[in-house]
Amino acid sequence: MTQFLSYLCNGISLGSVYAIIALGYTMVYGIAKMLNFAHGDVIMIGAYIAFCAMQYWGFPPVISVLAAMVVCTVLGMVIERTAYKPLRQASSLAVLITAIGMSYLLQNVALLVWGANPKSFPSVVSLGSLSLLGGQMTISGEAIVTIAACVVIMIALTLFTGKTKMGKAMRVVSEDKGAAELMGINVNLTITVTFAIGSALAAIAGVLLCSAYPTLQPTTGAMPGIKAFTAAVFGGIGSIPGAMLGGILLGVIEILGKAYVSTELGDAFVFAVLIVVLLVKPAGLLGKTVHEKV
Amino acid sequence: MSMSMRKKRAIGGLVTYLMVIAAYLVCQYLLATGGMTRSLRGQLVPICVWVVMAVSLNLVVGVSGELSLGHAGFMSVGAFSGIVASGWMLGAFQLENEVVRLLLSMIVGGVFAGIAGVLIGIPVLRLRGDYLAIVTLAFGEIIRNVINCLYISIDQGRLHFAFNDSNIPGELLVSGPKGGVGIDTIATFGMGFTLILFTLFVVQNLVNSRSGRAIMATRDSRIAAESVGINITKYKMMAFVTSAVLAGMAGALYGLNFSTVAASKFKFDTSILVLVFVVLGGIGSIRGSIIAATLLTILPEVLRAFSDYRMLVYAVVLIVVMLATNSPFLSVRLQRVKALLRRRNTNPGKEGEAA
Amino acid sequence: MTQQHKRQSDTKMVPVPSHSIVPERDVDKRPVLETRHLGVEFGGLKAVEDFNLTIGQTEIAGLIGPNGAGKTTVFNLLTKVYQPTTGVVILDGKDTAGMNAVQANKLGIARTFQNIRLFGNMTVEENVRIGLHNQVKYGMFSGIFRLPAYWKQEKKQHEKALELLSIFDMQGMAQYRAGSLPYGAQRRLEIVRALATHPKLLLLDEPAAGMNPHETEELMENIIKIRDRFQIAVMLIEHDMNLVMGICEGICVLNYGRIIAKGTASEIQQNPTVIEAYLGKRKEGRA
Repeated sequence: MTQFLSYLCNGISLGSVYAIIALGYTMVYGIAKMLNFAHGDVIMIGAYIAFCAMQYWGFPPVISVLAAMVVCTVLGMVIERTAYKPLRQASSLAVLITAIGMSYLLQNVALLVWGANPKSFPSVVSLGSLSLLGGQMTISGEAIVTIAACVVIMIALTLFTGKTKMGKAMRVVSEDKGAAELMGINVNLTITVTFAIGSALAAIAGVLLCSAYPTLQPTTGAMPGIKAFTAAVFGGIGSIPGAMLGGILLGVIEILGKAYVSTELGDAFVFAVLIVVLLVKPAGLLGKTVHEKV
Repeated sequence: MSMSMRKKRAIGGLVTYLMVIAAYLVCQYLLATGGMTRSLRGQLVPICVWVVMAVSLNLVVGVSGELSLGHAGFMSVGAFSGIVASGWMLGAFQLENEVVRLLLSMIVGGVFAGIAGVLIGIPVLRLRGDYLAIVTLAFGEIIRNVINCLYISIDQGRLHFAFNDSNIPGELLVSGPKGGVGIDTIATFGMGFTLILFTLFVVQNLVNSRSGRAIMATRDSRIAAESVGINITKYKMMAFVTSAVLAGMAGALYGLNFSTVAASKFKFDTSILVLVFVVLGGIGSIRGSIIAATLLTILPEVLRAFSDYRMLVYAVVLIVVMLATNSPFLSVRLQRVKALLRRRNTNPGKEGEAA
Repeated sequence: MTQQHKRQSDTKMVPVPSHSIVPERDVDKRPVLETRHLGVEFGGLKAVEDFNLTIGQTEIAGLIGPNGAGKTTVFNLLTKVYQPTTGVVILDGKDTAGMNAVQANKLGIARTFQNIRLFGNMTVEENVRIGLHNQVKYGMFSGIFRLPAYWKQEKKQHEKALELLSIFDMQGMAQYRAGSLPYGAQRRLEIVRALATHPKLLLLDEPAAGMNPHETEELMENIIKIRDRFQIAVMLIEHDMNLVMGICEGICVLNYGRIIAKGTASEIQQNPTVIEAYLGKRKEGRA
């Protein structure tokens, strides 16, 4: 039983990282209707920046994380302005391929700058582990911080989209770009801000991911990126609570699947659950089914 | 317009065949005169494989209009069933004739991939758009995961299968994460060329037939297609499975071209690679797929001199080409040039086609 | 106007046992369409309610009503794009319960769309050939391997397609890209495509929308021509009252999802409920 609880806890912690990444995917999809495949690689860049700040420049962890967030925010905005903005009117497939090109580009730049050898990422968390049930079960400091970060981000984003002017603008743009423009909303600015927020979150996710799984290399972001994307679809792409729910469920399913079904087939198990969910609910758990008007 | 669109299409199809045949003859000439580098020679079969992969994926993405991110999964099924089939035919029947064995292995690869296509198509084609795409991705990953755990050996002409257990009698054909091992490399450029011709024959003839029109109708408007009595699922399935069969045959050819092939060769990146060929070549354009697949397979080889930078250059080329062909700023100018050229070529009159 | 009145007054409308009216010539034949208590609800909103209608085998029927009255929804129910929440649709004597749009089409109902839905990247002829999908058949293998069936049936499809296009004198446009046709021609092509499926009942959703008076006049002639030549029933939604009053034998007026009147053109024109709900607005906003 305690075994199960500790798996569950690990699952929620991993799922929280997925959820934070999935938020980036889902917000961008909601507003720009595009799958930003380079998102996973922004995570990796964020982790490298934080790594350099701590190891080479000797900054304290908090400052390093902030530095990573700043760099990723700028990176996200630059990517959006240079690569995606000119394709606003193009087919979604063209945008998808450009995003894939961007993903290759980021991976190869990282390869040139930092090399292919994996770096051992130092944990940013100085919090000790928490012992529960008379020492039978321990929760690592990283897990606690990850889950806490996830909850804070969720609340902050909900307040942001619900209460602030920019947040409302985002919701409006995701509903109808044309109408938003006519209402005097700066659509381009709104989209750029969405990318900025998504990328800042990606930096946080990168640092948290590498604190828990400390091997950092140029392909580090790829698989978590795909899984987080899966999580976003799982929860209903475009929906912020959906990304949260999808991410956490996916993390839990992955850890439990690896523990109880098969280590090798853990990922297959995750994808199988996704397929079953989509067959029952074709628009994801919290997604809205849109009917085509005849 | 002097020429009907139908005739134009027939001629276009013919040009594609001629282009492939000409390219084949040039390669044969270069091979005979020794004008081809060693690394390029090694790429001949893979080029054929990627061309077939791209054309077959174009059938799903371009003709039936569904985004598939799991095409490498079918290639993988074809590769491993082809490898096993080849090993089995050699072990059980002492079938030494390499051409026959290769051909039969490719057919086996195609059949298995086709079966996988049916099994996957049934759930996948109930979904739409991005959801369909993510489920094809998921299936691709599941296939790779499962093959990663698969052990197949041959002992005195009998096949043994095991899951996650390498202790099976005889000589291993497929060894878990290592994939296919000790493969008899019987793939040839000639067979690759034949497979391209076969693929072109199937895809072009299918598109220009009653079934092909029905497939395109489901792409252009589901609702209108249903309103004229076209069974959407049936025709989406037809495109999906045909594409899977061709990918499986290409996979078998690919698998039998190397002495070892790991399941990780067919991961998500490979599906994306093929999709890149299709999109860069022009969605729905078969000739474009062929050209893009060829150039992009050669490009990293040509850039080998700049080994550290070649993938970087590849990425930049990809982004620049997408921006150049899709951004309104550039495409408006491109269209103006095209219009100028056309005005020179055709007499002014009733022009019904907007290219 | 007088000529159009003469056209419709040729037909005497008579009641059939279910108290609906059909043209006199159709009275002893089975009606092509019968709906009873047809209704549909979207999230609690009753878009169409208690819709009862009978259409004779060669009748030209009109479905009119203000915008948002539920006319297109009725078409979607008849063609099984939507499944009704209540009531039945009987097409040529067969209950369509549980059928999908494809099965309904095969049973003999075909339609056009208010917002044109052609296969825009294909040629005009290919659009008609797609309509012929279930009429002139051969399998996938015959197509790929170019077996004799392919050549024979392709030829037949080609001939039939041109023959159908000739109704609207569109043979010359056969090789044009459908999406590049002028608006009116696109609407006509949609009718040809629907006719190609060999329907017993043809539903036209605002066929005259965007047409000039001359084109509309031609369209009226053609609708009658189609009815006479193929001996089928036509039901149309239209805002152009000249067209509706000119060619429709039975007219059904819908408002807020309910039928408020049924009858011949002159009966409808004199019906006070209709005048209040619909024709009263005619002067300001005739489409």
